[in-house]
Amino acid sequence: MNIHEYQAKEILSAFGIPVPRGRVALTSDQVERAAKEMGGRCVVKAQIYAGGRGKGGGVKLVHHPEQAQELAKELFGRKLVTPQTGPEGLRVRRILVEEAVEIAREFYLSITLDRESSRYCLIASAEGGVEIEEVAQKSPEKIHVLSIDPFTGLRPYQARKIALALGLKGSVCEDCVELILNLYRACLEKDCFLVEINPLVVTKTGWLMAMDAKINFDDNAMFRHREYPDMLDYSQLDTLEINAGKYDLSYIKLQGNIGCMVNGAGLAMATLDVLHEFGGEPANFLDVGGGATREKVAEAFKIILQDGDVKGVFVNIFGGIMRCDVIAQGIIEAAGEVHCTLPIVVRMDGSKVEEGKQLLLESGLNVQIGENLGDGAERIVKMLG
Amino acid sequence: MSILLNKDSKVLVQGITGRSGLFHTQQCRDYGARIVAGVTPGKGGVHIEGIPVFNTVEEAVHYTGANVSMIFVPPPAAADAILEAADAGLELAVCITEGIPVRDMVLARRILDGKKMRLVGPNCPGVITPGACKVGIMPGYIHMPGKIGVVSRSGTLTYEAVKQLTEVGLGQSTCVGIGGDPIIGMKFIDVLALFNEDPKTEAVFMIGEIGGGAEEEAARWIRDNMKKPVAAFIAGVTAPPGRRMGHAGAIITGGKGRAEDKIRVLTECGVHVAPSPTRMGATMLAALQK
Repeated sequence: MNIHEYQAKEILSAFGIPVPRGRVALTSDQVERAAKEMGGRCVVKAQIYAGGRGKGGGVKLVHHPEQAQELAKELFGRKLVTPQTGPEGLRVRRILVEEAVEIAREFYLSITLDRESSRYCLIASAEGGVEIEEVAQKSPEKIHVLSIDPFTGLRPYQARKIALALGLKGSVCEDCVELILNLYRACLEKDCFLVEINPLVVTKTGWLMAMDAKINFDDNAMFRHREYPDMLDYSQLDTLEINAGKYDLSYIKLQGNIGCMVNGAGLAMATLDVLHEFGGEPANFLDVGGGATREKVAEAFKIILQDGDVKGVFVNIFGGIMRCDVIAQGIIEAAGEVHCTLPIVVRMDGSKVEEGKQLLLESGLNVQIGENLGDGAERIVKMLG
Repeated sequence: MSILLNKDSKVLVQGITGRSGLFHTQQCRDYGARIVAGVTPGKGGVHIEGIPVFNTVEEAVHYTGANVSMIFVPPPAAADAILEAADAGLELAVCITEGIPVRDMVLARRILDGKKMRLVGPNCPGVITPGACKVGIMPGYIHMPGKIGVVSRSGTLTYEAVKQLTEVGLGQSTCVGIGGDPIIGMKFIDVLALFNEDPKTEAVFMIGEIGGGAEEEAARWIRDNMKKPVAAFIAGVTAPPGRRMGHAGAIITGGKGRAEDKIRVLTECGVHVAPSPTRMGATMLAALQK
């Protein structure tokens, strides 16, 4: 789960990591007032669930409150498109107004999960404020990585090595050691996949400060953090994605016209691959999970049909232990409820598959049966062609 | 022979009294698995479907001689259940539970270093040695005893692959679903190494996904060590970058973990890669005939 920059900064601040003074605003008037409070000269930062905001015009230094207000009016009114949002962009509902800080040096600092070592690792670089992936590709020697043993945790001497490698000296170096240890503490206590400060800066007056922050929570740890759902900004999510989430379904919007309902992520990706192979373009991707139930199938079907781009539906369920007649009933129930007349191709496998097929064929729906993965994909593409 | 499981494996089920725990216990027993015990803290002393239930794994092992555990314990207590299994001296734990926090798994995985127990999963379909023993949630009927070892990061896509193998007449020695979570027990290489030494396994089919670098790592290991033909399929060639495709596992970030790169590395390392998910069985057959 993603959260906004200002929320990430609130968390870091609670763990003793210095961040710039700032206020979150919901209207352009509030932005103006906040700008006055910061002394006129300040940074206006659009809050969206994507990076690359600077390139999209979502982060700007302004010199007086009126200018901040003008910029805010413009940002609140449109969808911000950045290299990471896709062409549709994301709507700006909140703006962070921060004091302008005189920066002497910029660094990159993050803690994230490393699958290969099955541990958290600390990543640091003296090349801050830029795309860290680019640095990693062009000059990997400028990136310092430290794998953290969960038994010992991150030790001060290890953090010091990193701070020294960044070229920090004296008291700033010791400040950085403390900051790194606090970052690790935040990562564990808040159950994060990623905590990232980019850039971490040294100000001209010699203080460390997190100028931008990104946190990604581990959804699986939600049961330990009752406050997380309240932090979610629904304006940043697709409404259908939100609906799907309520039923524990995973929905992703794509560009084509075939709605896809599949159980399991691997099979779902393989289904997209095979549709492309036959010349089809998926409109979305709905994963009902490995053990699909009748209710889930019915809800999933309704969500798919709410997408106006959908001109036909391909259902690919490898039920395994799940009974196919039950899945068929779920489809028939949902399609009937929303009066679906679109072409449907169903490919099912599992027990009672013949009974399931029979139910579908007798349902009066515009449905065909796919005998296997390839046959099903070919049929739906032909029905739409 | 086979790997990890055979007809003599004695299986206990942690979380046997839960709804899906009990359902799948019955399914596994119907398939022929020797389910000797269940463990649910606080419910020790009862029998469920004729299976004795114990409070701890240690007790269950003491009274029944179980050597394998199948874990259905809910996420908040699942990592603890894995460690309990390891402490009780089991040889193998198969953790089906989906949704264990990463922080818990980082620690559990670290504690398992240096213990003899192997862990498969979490968030996986399990392990099956067709015709002998099933410890997992996969449908037994699609499998057929034979000579192909199957290892996969996916769940239902594994069923699709196995079905295709069976349809082209290729039975399986053992199928291992290693799970799609970021932190897992056995990885591709650990399973491949076992298949390499198993006399019953003549070739291996591997199923990967976009995201991470596990497939590339496995490809290089195959090039340097594998004595048997390997075929593979990688799902997600057409998946949009930067989006999480339903799994914690399947995500492409920063140009890393793309399907094309994985396919290229696998091919360079001598693995036969299926060009389409409809041709997994056919590709395995072709790899054997070379």
